[in-house]
Amino acid sequence: MALKMVKGSIDRMFDKNLQDLVRGIRNHKEDEAKYISQCIDEIKQELKQDNIAVKANAVCKLTYLQMLGYDISWAAFNIIEVMSASKFTFKRIGYLAASQCFHEGTDVIMLTTNQIRKDLSSPNQYDTGVALTGLSCFVTPDLARDLANDIMTLMSHTKPYIRKKAVLIMYKVFLKYPESLRPAFPRLKEKLEDPDPGVQSAAVNVICELARRNPKNYLSLAPLFFKLMTSSTNNWVLIKIIKLFGALTPLEPRLGKKLIEPLTNLIHRILIEDSDQNLKYLGLLAMSKILKTHPKSVQSHKDLILQCLDDKDESIRLRALDLLYGMVSKKNLMEIVKKLMIHVDKAEGTTYRDELLTKIIDICSQSNYQYITNFEWYISILVELTRLEGTRHGHLIAAQMLDVAIRVKAIRKFAVSQMAMLLDNAHLIASNTQRNGICEVLYAAAWICGEFSEHLEEPNQTLEAMLRPKVTTLPGHIQAVYVQNMVKLYASILQQKEQAGEKESSQEITQLMIDRLPQFVQSADLEVQERASCILQLIKYIQKLQAKEVPVAEEVIALFAGELNPVAPKAQKKVPVPEGLDLDAWINEPPSDSESEDEKPKTIFHDEEQRHSRPRQPEMDEEELARRREARKQEQANNPFYIKSSPSPQKRYQDTPGVEHIPVVQIDLSVPLKVPGMPMSDQYVKLEEERRHKQKLEKDKKKKKQKKEKKGKHHRHNSLHTESDEDIAPAQHVDIITEEMPENALPSDEDDKDPNDPYKALDIDLDKPLADSEKLPVQKHRNTENLKSPDTEVPLVEKKSKKPKKKEKKHKEREREKEKKKDKERKVDEEEKKVILRHKSSKHKKKKHKKEKEEKSKEKKKSKKKHHHSEEEPVESVQNGTLDDEPLPTYDIQGNLQNDSQVTVSVIFENKSTSFVKSMELNVLDSLNTKMIRPEGSSVHDGIPVPFQLPPGISNEAQFVFTLQSIVMAQKLKGTLSFIVKNDEGSTHEKLDFKLHFSCASYLITTPCYSDAFAKLLESGDLHMNSIKVDGISISFQHLLAKICFHHHFSVVERVDSCASMYSRSIQGHHVCLLVKKVKNSVSVDGKCNEPTLLSNLLDEMKETLSMC
Amino acid sequence: MALLRPLFASDWPTRLDIRAVSSRPTPKSEDIQQQIIRETFHLVSKRDENVCNFLEGGLLIGGSDNKLIYRHYATLYFVFCVDSSESELGILDLIQVFVETLDKCFENVCELDLIFHVDKVHNILAEMVMGGMVLETNMNEIVTQIDAQNKLEKSEAGLAGAPARAVSAVKNMNLPEIPRNINIGDISIKVPNLPSFK
Repeated sequence: MALKMVKGSIDRMFDKNLQDLVRGIRNHKEDEAKYISQCIDEIKQELKQDNIAVKANAVCKLTYLQMLGYDISWAAFNIIEVMSASKFTFKRIGYLAASQCFHEGTDVIMLTTNQIRKDLSSPNQYDTGVALTGLSCFVTPDLARDLANDIMTLMSHTKPYIRKKAVLIMYKVFLKYPESLRPAFPRLKEKLEDPDPGVQSAAVNVICELARRNPKNYLSLAPLFFKLMTSSTNNWVLIKIIKLFGALTPLEPRLGKKLIEPLTNLIHRILIEDSDQNLKYLGLLAMSKILKTHPKSVQSHKDLILQCLDDKDESIRLRALDLLYGMVSKKNLMEIVKKLMIHVDKAEGTTYRDELLTKIIDICSQSNYQYITNFEWYISILVELTRLEGTRHGHLIAAQMLDVAIRVKAIRKFAVSQMAMLLDNAHLIASNTQRNGICEVLYAAAWICGEFSEHLEEPNQTLEAMLRPKVTTLPGHIQAVYVQNMVKLYASILQQKEQAGEKESSQEITQLMIDRLPQFVQSADLEVQERASCILQLIKYIQKLQAKEVPVAEEVIALFAGELNPVAPKAQKKVPVPEGLDLDAWINEPPSDSESEDEKPKTIFHDEEQRHSRPRQPEMDEEELARRREARKQEQANNPFYIKSSPSPQKRYQDTPGVEHIPVVQIDLSVPLKVPGMPMSDQYVKLEEERRHKQKLEKDKKKKKQKKEKKGKHHRHNSLHTESDEDIAPAQHVDIITEEMPENALPSDEDDKDPNDPYKALDIDLDKPLADSEKLPVQKHRNTENLKSPDTEVPLVEKKSKKPKKKEKKHKEREREKEKKKDKERKVDEEEKKVILRHKSSKHKKKKHKKEKEEKSKEKKKSKKKHHHSEEEPVESVQNGTLDDEPLPTYDIQGNLQNDSQVTVSVIFENKSTSFVKSMELNVLDSLNTKMIRPEGSSVHDGIPVPFQLPPGISNEAQFVFTLQSIVMAQKLKGTLSFIVKNDEGSTHEKLDFKLHFSCASYLITTPCYSDAFAKLLESGDLHMNSIKVDGISISFQHLLAKICFHHHFSVVERVDSCASMYSRSIQGHHVCLLVKKVKNSVSVDGKCNEPTLLSNLLDEMKETLSMC
Repeated sequence: MALLRPLFASDWPTRLDIRAVSSRPTPKSEDIQQQIIRETFHLVSKRDENVCNFLEGGLLIGGSDNKLIYRHYATLYFVFCVDSSESELGILDLIQVFVETLDKCFENVCELDLIFHVDKVHNILAEMVMGGMVLETNMNEIVTQIDAQNKLEKSEAGLAGAPARAVSAVKNMNLPEIPRNINIGDISIKVPNLPSFK
């Protein structure tokens, strides 16, 4: 055998291994791709072989190729094969490959569930470790759900190596399967105090990560973390905890206030005194965090931060920029932007310059231009920015120009004059159109000049500029805007001339258009071409009319009547739905379901007919239009409720626009309205200072007056009078928000949260006690190969593996007899159905056996045979109490006898016959202690009808409620199920007897308990003690615990080697504590409980379970 | 949560956990991965010696919450991409621990060790970072676990592994002689004296 193995390995030692592959790739630098495709072919051959070592070698090479950027997802199945190798060496290769290339879309990933579970429970800690590491990279919601329970068990593993990995991976599990957070959290919290520093650090890591996203749920942990912070010596833990406190302080302001001043000063010191670049960077980073909450303390370091803009390190410059964004105020905006502009000039042709540009725009435009006091200055800045060549952000500047011009009405005149200048100098901007993003600003310039053409000083000149042949070299979408807007401009010139009676010059301008437009008609851009040819025709028509001396301006300008009003992006959302308006109601009743598909074509056809027959809108001629417009104006004028939307074009021309809304500050007049040549934003800084100074003087005067008035009182004025933001009145008042919102908008600041945020699902209240329904899903029963699982499933599986043989025999019998079978099984809740099913069948197999015999004897007497199993079990979890909203544990503590003395028995009925079963009635012979709850008025001899019928092969579940006086003893109740069997030959009335076993363990509720609470409980001294000892136990301690957990509803509190403390609680609030020890093959169980009878009964039941091991 | 994996010299294939970055795994993720590596290399390699070790890569690495933290050793760059829940200085320290661990495990690590034993490097890394989160920072603990795993691997190979090891030893004799040191200098991160909280 060994010889054969050696021979096999000699055969493959000439296979290429990873090192050979790397060497090969390095030697084939010229034809790397070809060489690699050769290697992939070899790998494919190797993967086809049966030898796992060869496969693992191939997968190892594939992993390397994946890192080089080659897709290896085709080998996903082979990777799984290697993952399931028995040797750690290969397993590790498989998991590494899987962590590299598996993701949620990998369809074979679901095949790994059982393999991973098996590895998690492997006796070799490195198998478990490698599985956890791999899983952490490719865990999916399905894997998380299926494995959460296994991983949670591993959190209490004896080896710290496993514990720390299990704790850490829980974060990934929570992300993918948020329901697991609450059940797992108590144990996670426990791990904060784990004796192993690695485990502790992992737990801190996970909780900090969780708390970072939803800090408020973790405030209650603050004392615990404070304790850790003072006691821990692990730097990693300390850093994490301090970060966590950072997240918590916003919620607990007292904490932050004390720290803030010393912290900023410390950072300042670092920045000045320390030349270390890393610290400088971190200092700036820290400042940006402080800025959010305490802007004042950072603003005093402004100069220092501006200095950082000169730093040679880009990372630091960007950080400083980021800080500036948050530091601006009305007072310092101009100064800061001025400095930035200097940097823009210095940083030519770099990405950093683009970054600067966007930052300038961000800084100025933030929160609706809150900090801009003079928009003329801002427009000049934007115009200055157009001098940047080769920037990618032309569209940003353009968007700002449009935004400001549209929204700030008072600035339009100035904006138009600047834009006209830009158009005039277009050749400077668009010198290199192909790669120059800056020409985008011409888009904005053309539109602004066209739309607000009434503000133009020399419209002719601008029109001339727009018609230059050079324009045709601009990108299509800009030309299209040019064409459209030159007509607007033309219309306004035409009107001007006509009013002045200058017929000739108006004809001249028409001729100019007709001469120049054809260059756009020839454009290759469809949009430009189409618009130009339409407009050309229109203007030719106008020319004809002009020749007949017909006044046309009025009508031409009507083409562009109406003013554009800005609307806030959320305006629609903020309008409340009027009362009585149901948006979900059908406007027309939907077609009834009976209308089948074949009718559909008809309706479509019908619809089309209608559409054709609909009378067309009569085409309106100009006169008609004018008449209607006149009528509408009349109506609007007479209607006092009509909200004036826009003054008519003529009116607009006569009035100064928007004056009634926007008071322009007088001082504004000192600003020259037209700046010759390119504007200089700098002069505004000066002017602004003067303006502010004047304002200040005025204010001071007022204050002095006030002072005089208030002479008698002691009133302190700051003699230096530092200007605060509020003191600076803006040159143009901008009431952007209120104007753009609909009148009845609600002032709600509704959630801007991203609904897709994966962390939102983890916003879970962790302080609420666990409800019984919140359990991690336990392994599904299809999994039979897993014999070594350490957790609760183990005993089941083992039993299950024994079971089939018996079942097979039974099955044959059944077939022979064509029997009918009903399986009644208890059930905890819908989701755990399968588990419980199995649990049930294994636990009660003895009884089942008995009953089968009884039944068989009966059956022999009849020609039509039936076979029933019926077993029921009291169920602890679905109490009446829990049917209300309250979670169970709180109930128990209150000891409400009425609710805590009820149990619900869920029964699954399955019809295994070929006949129809109906009219089922279940009756139980009540004992003094245990009674079935029957509907009012019925006697103890009446059964309870089962609310359904069962066709062949169908199963269903019914629940019955029982009341209990005492729960200290196990109970058995006799019961009968009567039903009618209906088949081809008629119907017969049948009966089925069963016993209902209420074991003591079934009154217990698995309740997690912390070690400190457990210790207190034991110390309290009002517990009675009892113990048992069972010999000849062969299964491992781990499995033993799992068994007790599962069958007797205990949870492990603490485990040290082969000794464990366990806890559970009865529905009536008795505490049960166990100490389980295993020495060689004997197990001793010491129990403590405040009810001695219950304890002794429980221990007896446990003895029975253990003796079966 | 430390997101990305380290990045090495130009021809060292890197492991970048794209899934963690984009959170939307696509069949094309290998392409994105290569793009990230290329651009990161481009960004990092053009930086001066005496600038800070942090880089904000922007959209490429998953948004402004993430940043690149790197260290430069001779011909090698070790780059980690982390989000804001990690301490910057902490990650610098982690890289140092990683490199020192590599040095111990490979006995005087050199660039070629990393090139030819990618799998081993990953196994070492897996003991330090798991699923994008820092698992262990204690070098002794890491080395102990790695040694134990190597021992396990050797025992599994047993008799059958011997010939393969021999062949591999012969093959490796052809390797060019390379100076076996990537020169891990003493890196002292200056930490300012914090006033005690008391």
